[in-house]
Amino acid sequence: MIKVEWLYWLVGAVFLAMAAQMAADRSNPRRYGSAAFWGLLGASFVYGTWVADKSAPAAPLGAAVLAMICLAGFGLTGRGTPATTTPAQRAASAARLGSRLFIPALTLPLVALACATLLKGVHLGGGLLLQSGSETLLGLGVGAIVALAVALLLTRERNPAVALHAGRGLLEAMGWSLLLPQLLAVLGSIFQSAGVGTQVGKLTTHFLPDGSKYAAVVLYCLGMALFTVVMGNAFAAFPVMTAAIGWPVLITQLHGNPPVVLAVGMLAGFCGTLATPMAANFNLVPAALLELKDQYGPIKAQLPTAGVLLGCNIAIMSLFAF
Amino acid sequence: MIVLVGILVVVAGFATRRNPLLVVGAAGILTGLLGGLSPMKVLEVFGTGFASSRSVTLFAVALPVIGLLERHGLQEQARTLMNRLAKVSAGRLLAVYLVIRQLTAALGLTALGGPAQAVRPMIAPMAEAAAERRHGTLTDKTRERLRSFASSADTVGLFFGEDCFLAIGSILLITGFVNATYHTNLEPVQLALWAVPTAICATLVHGTRLLRLDRSLARDLPATGTAARRVMEDTK
Repeated sequence: MIKVEWLYWLVGAVFLAMAAQMAADRSNPRRYGSAAFWGLLGASFVYGTWVADKSAPAAPLGAAVLAMICLAGFGLTGRGTPATTTPAQRAASAARLGSRLFIPALTLPLVALACATLLKGVHLGGGLLLQSGSETLLGLGVGAIVALAVALLLTRERNPAVALHAGRGLLEAMGWSLLLPQLLAVLGSIFQSAGVGTQVGKLTTHFLPDGSKYAAVVLYCLGMALFTVVMGNAFAAFPVMTAAIGWPVLITQLHGNPPVVLAVGMLAGFCGTLATPMAANFNLVPAALLELKDQYGPIKAQLPTAGVLLGCNIAIMSLFAF
Repeated sequence: MIVLVGILVVVAGFATRRNPLLVVGAAGILTGLLGGLSPMKVLEVFGTGFASSRSVTLFAVALPVIGLLERHGLQEQARTLMNRLAKVSAGRLLAVYLVIRQLTAALGLTALGGPAQAVRPMIAPMAEAAAERRHGTLTDKTRERLRSFASSADTVGLFFGEDCFLAIGSILLITGFVNATYHTNLEPVQLALWAVPTAICATLVHGTRLLRLDRSLARDLPATGTAARRVMEDTK
């Protein structure tokens, strides 16, 4: 049986290999800080296997997470300038390969989808082929490997290390923000073990008329949008609002269908992102890049769409979640 | 009630633009301690939380293949394909871009667009050229409006396309968070499916507004330049 932990080891190994490349990269002014950050992340991915099955203590992993937070939070990581192709080389290669360049990019989602649907529950040699409950994640891993093989064949690249190097360029460009979604998930579970959800749940049931699911839907969607406007980040609003209303009220009390409630709730948050200057990278940076006099130009263009879509999300959740 | 201070820390930290990792770390430690956990227990909660939410960061496994394709001109090829749209009106161009952005994001190709990669070098100039072909020289106000809408087509397309892809950060955050916190077994593919209705609404709502842009441009700018000349020639 292919297990999801193998995939985590693969990702951990990729991070560790990239960390080794970073430590040797003299173009990065903070190469040891970067290498320490990504190396710790890679090691944590592997060590997490034994924390997840409770055969190793969790505290060292917690300490490693805090160390990563400090390394990135206090600006001890940097980025190098990995060697890559020139614009002229890229144009020539694009002219030679044409739209075949999209084939590997399409391979990944198609293989992932095939694993999640067709290979689900398939038996091989007396056991399941893919670990039950993790078919989609395994599909992503298998898809990435198949797509990489297709891409290496297509571009006639003999050396897989080139792909690792190119991936590191993207990794360094994303920087520590790559880790933020996972840390927000961790924060959500801390909120839960400290009892934040039950506290907010008490508050909301106090304000909500009993069993009124439409009021709860509106409160969850509006709350996601408003919290996102204030924080500039729907990912940060999600654990807060879901621990408060989404899970305890909409799913536990009112028996809402979890995928509908959670997916649409996140999208209600995205409506807030469209409308807030706090989401600078989506709204203010484009205004600066386009040399607009009115830095709120993009937000003004998005505001009516955001309002209508928030209404659509409330309607979709009310219609399909119950 | 005092454990809710952690939520305030998150809100205040993000709102005052502190480093998000530090905000999350501080809120986590504070919430744990106020919730009556010992310092050792707080470390353990961080550790188990990280171990059970590793799926959230799994999308990194796709970086090498995307990096390799970009090295070989993926973005250049996307640009070549977009250039074939050079002849349509500004509103239609942006509406088509919105749909393309949504579809590519839904396949996980979020890096194909973006304000720096696509809007500034390609989409905004193409939209301006299309409007100038039809309406002559643009006023500063209409040019600003056009550029703002070009940026909005990119952002709306990304936001309401990417969630239909099962391995995007936001979907993995949802499954990672609820599976770790409430011990459920939600699959990313179920969530991606339920992002589709909103994605269709986004195409319809924002697409309509982009198409109406042509009409409002025609209202603000009397037909001049080549378009007016063509009209005059037609009436001759």
